[in-house]
Amino acid sequence: MALFALRRLILALPLLIGITFISFMVINLAPGEPVVMQSEEQIGTQITPEARQALRELYGLDKPLPIQYWHWLTRLVRLDFGRSLQPDGQLVLTKILDRMPITLFLNGVEMFIILALAVPIGILSATRQYSFFDKATTVFVFTGFATPDFWLALMLMILFGVQLGWLPISQLRSPNWEYMSFWAQQVDLLSHLVLPIFVAVFGGLAGFSRYMRQSMLEVVRQDYIQTARAKGLPEQVVIGKHALRNALLPVVTILGLSLPGLIGGSVIIETIFAIPGMGQLMVQSVFARDYPVVMGNLVIVAVLTLLANLGADLAYGLVDPRIRLGARRRAG
Amino acid sequence: MAGPRRGEWRQFWTTFRRNRLALCGGAVVSVLVAVAALAPVLAPHDPHRPDTKNILAPPSREHWLGTDQIGRDVLSRVLYGSRVSLAVGFVSVGIASMIGIVLGAAAGYQGGLTDGVIMRFVDLMLVFPRFFLLLAVLAFLQPSIWTVMAVIGLTGWMGVTRLVRAEFLSLREREFVIWSESVGATALRVVFRHILPNAMAPVLVAMTLGIPAAILTESGLSFLGLGVQPPYATWGNILNDGKDAIEIAWWMTVYPGLAILVTVLSYNLLGEGIRDALDPRLRQAGGRGRG
Repeated sequence: MALFALRRLILALPLLIGITFISFMVINLAPGEPVVMQSEEQIGTQITPEARQALRELYGLDKPLPIQYWHWLTRLVRLDFGRSLQPDGQLVLTKILDRMPITLFLNGVEMFIILALAVPIGILSATRQYSFFDKATTVFVFTGFATPDFWLALMLMILFGVQLGWLPISQLRSPNWEYMSFWAQQVDLLSHLVLPIFVAVFGGLAGFSRYMRQSMLEVVRQDYIQTARAKGLPEQVVIGKHALRNALLPVVTILGLSLPGLIGGSVIIETIFAIPGMGQLMVQSVFARDYPVVMGNLVIVAVLTLLANLGADLAYGLVDPRIRLGARRRAG
Repeated sequence: MAGPRRGEWRQFWTTFRRNRLALCGGAVVSVLVAVAALAPVLAPHDPHRPDTKNILAPPSREHWLGTDQIGRDVLSRVLYGSRVSLAVGFVSVGIASMIGIVLGAAAGYQGGLTDGVIMRFVDLMLVFPRFFLLLAVLAFLQPSIWTVMAVIGLTGWMGVTRLVRAEFLSLREREFVIWSESVGATALRVVFRHILPNAMAPVLVAMTLGIPAAILTESGLSFLGLGVQPPYATWGNILNDGKDAIEIAWWMTVYPGLAILVTVLSYNLLGEGIRDALDPRLRQAGGRGRG
């Protein structure tokens, strides 16, 4: 297992360097002095001469490209993303670290709920294929795929926030949060999280329950399941033990693959619900043309995704010895 | 899976025709294309002209879907918005497919180092959460419909690359390919004349399913205000306006969203239907599961 983990880590290293390279290409998208020249006429945000100078120094824009890249790389290694161009001039890293916990927390909770729901839904609809439940699931899956998350969020805000007045529709805390008792604070926080989490789960659940169903359907047709049935094991044991274990394996892969999508979803959900996370910071910085923050955020979010992927990979190796021993070809 | 010969098209159609949901999806998609083409004829009002007497008016006989903050007709704006969605969907998927086909073909046919480099690049692009990457790129560019198309296309080619590569890997070992190589056909000819046509079926499915995904992405970007810019009406930026009036004007939010939902749903049903009809293995498996 240790060897397997090490191999995965080594495989992740080039990706890490790749992340910095792609991000560097983004800075240099436009010809000339991209950042400085381009910023003028965009969305009406003017960039001050001091900010230009700061950008020039930060990215070494007057130097040739390979030197610029080296410059950028050596800064990143020291976790130096420069300073924000906003009047507060905070360190980019501080700004991002402030925003990171809430985004990670939300994504973690969402992932947990999605898995906790998708697995039973997938099993039930696979074992009762073509039943009413299965058909209802299929309808849900297609609706889930087709519903824009930002629209669902707005509809829920209209229904629960505006019409019924049951739930708050923005930010994480009520204005009078400080005067509440400890438990009231928790309830308040929870009530602010219900809608954003629901929206994220709704979108992710569709994909996962579908994969789970598909995976279960394939496993149930295998010979060893027939054998388990033939030797008279109760159906719960056949499904819950023999089939489920194998059916869960591909879902772990899908987990790794769908993480970027889920994390990317934070951009829209955090913006709509005014949650101060990395997604909202990204949108605000793009509008403010705060390039150091935009670039820092891009690199960090990609590295986080890479780490999460690595985690899913290791989990896969942990539950499936075949992967660990390298019998399976790398999925390409 | 073999090439689109005549008998196979008939077989495809026979299977496809039985899938009522896919037929519905196809019908709705055709209607949507027609609506987009005929928007100027169908729209009851000018989508850009404010009707100052009717600001934030609820749906009425004159404005079927109500009006927005400056009195523009929501129905007309939704109809015009379908043009943007359609254009962005087709163009960006076209860009993504071109890149995907070229890279996937190179990786699958050449193998070795080329394959390694291209596939690691795919892995790399997939590490970036799409919306963060899109936003970072858009931060450096002038937002317009062309930028949006290009950016969605340039960040969405990885799936097609994988598909095409997988097809090429299996096809290049097939007898007809080895035969044409052995009689001296050039690599280009083998790729474009013999392998690619046989690899197109899954690409077609991926393209059909890619269009709704691109439409969702575009509307998300426009909703954030970073996509297609006003005054052009798109479903995303009507929703963006709607968000500001969410407590008084539900009609600005409900209808454009429904338009997105119905569009994406229809393309998905159509795409899945095409896939089921093309993939005999799946068909067989479905039949067995029934027993």
